[in-house]
Amino acid sequence: MNHYFYFLSLVLLVMGLYCLIAKKNIVKKIIGIVITEYSINLFLILVGYRHGGIAPIFLKGMQHEELVQKGVDPLPQALVLTSIVIGLGTLALMVALCLRMYEKFKTFDMTKINTLKG
Amino acid sequence: MDRLKEEMRDTSRGMTPIVKTIVRFVIGIIVIFGAYIVLYGHVTPGGGFAGGVILASAYVLLTLAFGKEMGLSKMSNTGASILDNSGALAFVIIGLLGFTGGYFFLNFLPKGTPFRLFSAGMIPLANVAIGVKVTASVFAIFMALSIFGRFIYQASEGEEPESEE
Amino acid sequence: MEIILLLLMVFMIIGSIIAIETKNLLSSVISVGVVGFSLSIIFLMLGAPDIAITQVVVEILILVVLIRATITTDNTSIEGARDTFPFVSSLIFFGLFLMFAYFAVRELPKFGEPLMRVSGEYLRTGTEKTGATNIVTSVLLDFRAYDTLGEATVLFTSIVGAFVILRRRGRKGKTEIDQEKFGILEDEDIKQNFEGF
Repeated sequence: MNHYFYFLSLVLLVMGLYCLIAKKNIVKKIIGIVITEYSINLFLILVGYRHGGIAPIFLKGMQHEELVQKGVDPLPQALVLTSIVIGLGTLALMVALCLRMYEKFKTFDMTKINTLKG
Repeated sequence: MDRLKEEMRDTSRGMTPIVKTIVRFVIGIIVIFGAYIVLYGHVTPGGGFAGGVILASAYVLLTLAFGKEMGLSKMSNTGASILDNSGALAFVIIGLLGFTGGYFFLNFLPKGTPFRLFSAGMIPLANVAIGVKVTASVFAIFMALSIFGRFIYQASEGEEPESEE
Repeated sequence: MEIILLLLMVFMIIGSIIAIETKNLLSSVISVGVVGFSLSIIFLMLGAPDIAITQVVVEILILVVLIRATITTDNTSIEGARDTFPFVSSLIFFGLFLMFAYFAVRELPKFGEPLMRVSGEYLRTGTEKTGATNIVTSVLLDFRAYDTLGEATVLFTSIVGAFVILRRRGRKGKTEIDQEKFGILEDEDIKQNFEGF
């Protein structure tokens, strides 16, 4: 039962990668990248969870020992926080590229854009 | 007041007057909430990133409800660029000032008592720098995408695209 | 409590199946929004309130950027049949990957008992070393401030890159650009350019 959580987040990763590879439309590929980023952030937070844990924030009147024994891991949370905002910046760059390609080729279909010849 | 009233009845840009009235009331609350989350980042959950994106979403709401000109009048393109650069520079300078104590990013200001606003050394200053930077970045990219999106519409209809300032 | 977590993750998987397979672009963008909102509820249940706040607002901004910049064009549905080669080969490859992942996941530490060798130090001595009561902020801005500098650099670079792509004209004037066939082309120049290839 316990390792099903990790396995489900890896299933989400695989679905995002499938959408990136096997679809022809550019907007679908961008959606695939967004789903892959969600699954990676979820996996990192799942690794740092503790049973019956509380958030790693000191409240007034709380004993020091309680946070050490029951707090969840704060280190993956700091990394995932920066990763979410970086995902927003990367999405902005991808949508800018997509808009430029639409203006030049008038279509979103990747199979019709074949001006690269070997 | 007359300009605001005729802007509200102007239905050619932006949304209906119901949306504009509600946005006028709500947007001050959103800005204050975003500033609170940035400033108290070392006491309650939040910090520079969460507060920065909340402030940026206030600007996005203003642009969506009132049209592009209102959003540009509150913070122009050069203003957003100056804020973005100064936020990043302030963060690096705070890090370099740690050399006075020992190593890079040393927390050199005195740490007060916990649970207060002016505690924890240079962490609130770094939070403010990050918050300003994230706000300006997200706002700038949204304005660039919305200006460019309009040109796609005109280009696909065959008109001559106008120039951008 | 873990039953609700399992149900929410199954809901996310069903939402992403809908986002991948529908033909209307607007429906798939809204399904991605549903996946993001249930992700933020999962973050709240796993004891991470900072990340839940950030995920909700970033999700709304992702939806606004995707809808605003893409659906204003005229193509809102996808036509055409499915290619068979990428479809079949990716299914085979990902089936193999999931089989190996099932055995590899058993080697991780048990769910709910993290190792926490370094983070135990941060939880124990965080407040007296930095004076902040939010341990996540003190890790982000005092113990690991170099990573935050890297994040600020990446965000700055991606915004500058997006601006360079979306620029109307460079530093030269409009006539020089049209002569060099660089930048945004006019409508009658596009056909000419394609003949030349």
